[in-house]
Parts: sequence; C-alpha cells; structure tokens
Amino acid sequence: MLKILSRFFGGLFKRRDNIKIGFYGPPNAGKTSLANLLCKDWTGEELGTVSEIPHETRQVQFKEKVEIERNGKKMLLKIVDTPGIATKIDYEDFLNYGIGKQEAKKRAKEATQGIIEAIKWLDDVDAVIIVLDATENPYSQVNITIIGNLLARKIPVLIVANKIDLRKANVKKVEAAFPEYSVVGISAKKALNMDSFYDEIFKLTKRV
Amino acid sequence: MAMKKNSKIRGFSIHIMPYSEIRELTITERVKKILQLVLGNRVVILQGRLRPEEEIRLIEDTMAMVDHIKSFKGIELAVVDAHGNDSSFFLKMRRGIARGLTGESNSLTVIGPASIVKEIKKDPSKIEVFFG
Repeated sequence: MLKILSRFFGGLFKRRDNIKIGFYGPPNAGKTSLANLLCKDWTGEELGTVSEIPHETRQVQFKEKVEIERNGKKMLLKIVDTPGIATKIDYEDFLNYGIGKQEAKKRAKEATQGIIEAIKWLDDVDAVIIVLDATENPYSQVNITIIGNLLARKIPVLIVANKIDLRKANVKKVEAAFPEYSVVGISAKKALNMDSFYDEIFKLTKRV
Repeated sequence: MAMKKNSKIRGFSIHIMPYSEIRELTITERVKKILQLVLGNRVVILQGRLRPEEEIRLIEDTMAMVDHIKSFKGIELAVVDAHGNDSSFFLKMRRGIARGLTGESNSLTVIGPASIVKEIKKDPSKIEVFFG
C-alpha cells in the first residue's frame, strides 16, 4: 500500500527531467535565434551562431540542463536546435551573400548532411517547437511535411510565429493554417512576447 | 513559343504517375522510383499524395543524392489540392486520412528537379516549350 501511495504521489510531483525539445522549421525562420534567447535567459549562455545567410546552422546543436521556471514550477530541458529543412540546396544561392565558390560548395554539402541529421532526430525528441517566419506563407510544403510527420509520430507540437517585429508579419495567417495547434507570436530578435512563449513551453511539456 | 538559345533547360518531360503504379511498392521502392524519374529530368505528377513518412523520406533521400550527384540541386515538391491550397493543414490532413492519405484523394503531387522548376519560375513561358 505504501509503495502504491509513494508511486502515485511520486508521479504527481515528479519533475520530468531533461525533456528533449527539438527546434524545427524551414531555413532562416529564427530557430537558433530563439534557442539562443531561451538558453541565454535561463543559463546565461547562447547555443549557436546566427546569420542572415540561409543554412547557417548545419549541424544539430544541443544545450543540456536548461532549467526554466514559471509560477514557482521548474523544468529541466535539453534543447535540440536543428538545421532548417529544405527540399533543395543550391550552392549558387550562397554566392549572393558574398561567399566564395569553394566555401559555398562546402556549405551546401554540410547543409544537405544537416538536413538528413535533423530528420533522423525526429525519432529522438519528446516535443517539438516549430519555428516559422511569420512574414512568409505558412502553407509551404516543407512546413506541412514536418508537421504531418510529427502528427503521425504523436509528438506534441508548439508553433512559434517568429519575427512579429516586422510589419509584414501575420500571426493570424499562421493560426488559420494550423488551427489545432497552439501558436505563439514572438520576436526572437527583439525578445518580444517571451513570457507567453515560456508559458506555452510548460503547456507543451505537460503533453509529453 | 521558342526556347532561348542559351536556356539552361535542355529538355524535360512530364511523367503522369497513376497511384496504381506505386500502390504495391514499399516506401523505399516508391521514393527510389520517384527520384530515378526526377534525376532523369522528369517532372512527376502523382495521382494522390504521399504519406508524411514518405514525404520526409523523399526529402532525406533527395539530400543524400544532392550530396553525391554534382548537377543535382534537389527537388520541388507541391501537393495540389482540389479544395484549394490555402485550406488549413488539419482540414487537408482530415481529408487525406479519410481517403487513406494516398491515391484515393483529390490531390495531385508534383515533384520535379529543383533546377528545372527554378528556370520555369524565372521564365514561365518556358513551360510552353513542352506543350507547344
């Protein structure tokens, strides 16, 4: 009897440790900017470098033991920041950003491998934050493919509509595209609406 | 419509793929078949749509190909829905699930080499070369 009670109350108050949260989305949506902000807010350290050049993140990067706190409750997370998923990589696209041909080819090769790695990680995350650029059309096939896969794998999802500091941002359109998911509009660049984002992370992890 | 002399598109064809053509294939065989056609400069128009796990596998295998085949830049993938492209994701998924997510749906899936689609986007009149 004591064991049963102990298990029941233990489960009730147990803090789930190291919930693996994957940051997924198309290139240049702001996944690393948001992961950086989250890590900086709660650990004081950033996770990776950001840039205007697409596919800046070409390897999955982690931050272990990120403890976040809301309303007296604490939670320990492992942040998994993934390269942006795309269906095509053309090294010539990098040349427009002033990168030399050899470097552009190297970057393209790394980007393809990064996408494969990001897809493989879908098997190993507990929950996913999809980061979308709120100024772009949310109905892209890549977004639908990623979310369709998470739905099929029954992985809890939170959708972040990033870049709300920009005039063209349209959070309502993102909400209309994915009405059965929680959508939170933020700006990772200007740290706007981060309290709502952290509240949503707590709700997300309850579904793990 | 004549094609410009220096156009990058040297020729492509459209492959209409009835769902029956892939019905009996495994996920690996389906993806392989589609990619073989795309690598042969064909734009595949598939009746119905792929399952989510097939779409992601297609992207994964495409990236492996981009890594190994010099001239291959990837694919363009689009699902053309008879109910319109701007209906919500869940509405689409529900319709898809109701019809088994595959060949029975009113969707068409267009998969083509990214380089060809890029050229067509730059100059849509090029598509008329094929039909003209």
